[in-house]
Amino acid sequence: MISFKNVTKKYGEEITAIDDVDFTVEEGKIVVLLGPSGCGKTTLLRMVNRLESISEGEIIINGENSKDLDPIELRRKIGYVIQSNGLFPNMTIEENVMLVPDLLGWSKKDKRERFKYLMKLSGLDAEDYGKRFPHELSGGQQQRIGVVRALAADPPVMLMDEPFGALDPIIREKIQDEFLQIQREVKKTILFVSHDIDEAIKMADKIVLLRDGKVMQFDTPSEMLAHPKNEFVSQFFGKDRAIKSLSLHTVENLREIIGLGPVDETIQDTKTINVHQDLRNTLSMLMNQEADQVIVKDDHGENIGTITIDLVQKYLHFEIKGKISASQEG
Amino acid sequence: MNRKKLIGNVVRYSLYALVAAFFIWAIANNYFDYMFTQSETFLVLLRQHVVLVLVSSLLAILIAVPAGILITRPKFKRAEWIVSNIANLGQTIPSLAVLALMISILGIGFQTAVFALFIYSILPIFRNTVAGIESIDKNMIDAAKGMGMKPHQILFRIELPNSAYSILAGIRTAVVLNIGTAALAYVVGAGGLGVWIFTGINLFDNGFLISGAIPVTLLAILADYILRKVEYAVVPKGSRRIEKA
Repeated sequence: MISFKNVTKKYGEEITAIDDVDFTVEEGKIVVLLGPSGCGKTTLLRMVNRLESISEGEIIINGENSKDLDPIELRRKIGYVIQSNGLFPNMTIEENVMLVPDLLGWSKKDKRERFKYLMKLSGLDAEDYGKRFPHELSGGQQQRIGVVRALAADPPVMLMDEPFGALDPIIREKIQDEFLQIQREVKKTILFVSHDIDEAIKMADKIVLLRDGKVMQFDTPSEMLAHPKNEFVSQFFGKDRAIKSLSLHTVENLREIIGLGPVDETIQDTKTINVHQDLRNTLSMLMNQEADQVIVKDDHGENIGTITIDLVQKYLHFEIKGKISASQEG
Repeated sequence: MNRKKLIGNVVRYSLYALVAAFFIWAIANNYFDYMFTQSETFLVLLRQHVVLVLVSSLLAILIAVPAGILITRPKFKRAEWIVSNIANLGQTIPSLAVLALMISILGIGFQTAVFALFIYSILPIFRNTVAGIESIDKNMIDAAKGMGMKPHQILFRIELPNSAYSILAGIRTAVVLNIGTAALAYVVGAGGLGVWIFTGINLFDNGFLISGAIPVTLLAILADYILRKVEYAVVPKGSRRIEKA
């Protein structure tokens, strides 16, 4: 758990970079710091592992005030991932990943076992990649190693500074999915910096929207999309936020609330989607009119019904439009 | 591509032919004779030359590398331009002038020559050490700090291995230059192969000149070769490609 208590950072008397920030990252949750460039999100992140100093207020990490801890010890207990992966070119992948355990004086055997486990998590072959050097890997693989390295000493808390920002969109989405998969297993308390709204909606349990060092809103993605607290928040998420919010829901959610349509066996031109597909992609597919009928399949590959634009609209009405029309923007 | 290759080959083989022609001419005229007829003197001069180079280069490495490391620490960063300028200034003074100046302070002999050569070797080593360390990606250092590495661990495990190529290239440049410049040690009575070179010039005796100059050249080529091997052994495998790019 990471608690920010009235955290403020000032440069001299004039400039206030972080202004009275107050929120908590619950155990095992991902909180995304979101905002335009220069809003102070990276500064705020770096204050946690004391790469930046705190002027006023305090940050409590798992019950301990960060000020009372030795910065070196503190940092070794916090996983840190940066955008440009920061792998050390002079070390092999194994040496890179096992750096913090090495600093902590783990035995050779423990390090070896941990490395194998971590590489299994990342889906890369430990034997094959362990001896390679960073420059021999693709950008996506390097970033996977960057994430795995942060997990090496099994720190309870992780800081991620735009970890997927430098990757191309296709690889980025894939690695985001992989990371969420890993998170389901390791359940770390994560503070994550992003400037990408879609990434924030996808990754976050809660979002902190920042502007000029002040918190504009601290809420779950769906609440923030449905009930923007002020003009800045609603503008930041854009006029298409109803569409954006669809990515938070799956066909499965729709099926539970309003049910799917029947399958018409006579129609030849069909397409299928998985029941766990999110509604944003589903809608996009329906609007493309790629087929006359879109059949929903469950995990066993059984047809469980069909989906249409009408059904998505109905769902929007029940789940989202109802909420949005309750706010002033309508 | 083919054209380039052709030109490259023509240049290379004409060079080989030129070197071969030179040696045939020198041997035909018995210009290497002194190396054998006065082999004792030759070995003394050669040893003097090598000792001059070794002592002055080692001193320069011992001073310039730590100085380069020190000046790139955050605490001393502001002093960097002052130190760089002093080192640059040292290089702009002609080597003969440095020797002459040193005679008035240290007198003539070995120590004067070593000191002058030492002053001369500092700059390339210092400059390459600083450049090597500063060229390291700041994000990498940030990651190292964020992972909880102590300053000395960052220096020895990240900064030095990744700037080894640049530092060693500086040392190689300095040593090779040093071997040539050490011929001037003769002027302050410190011996070395310069004795034969200058004797040859003064007496218009090509035999002495070539028996002194060719070993100096071979020494420089040998030093370059050895230091390249050292480079290959010391520079970590992973940073080799990056440093060369």
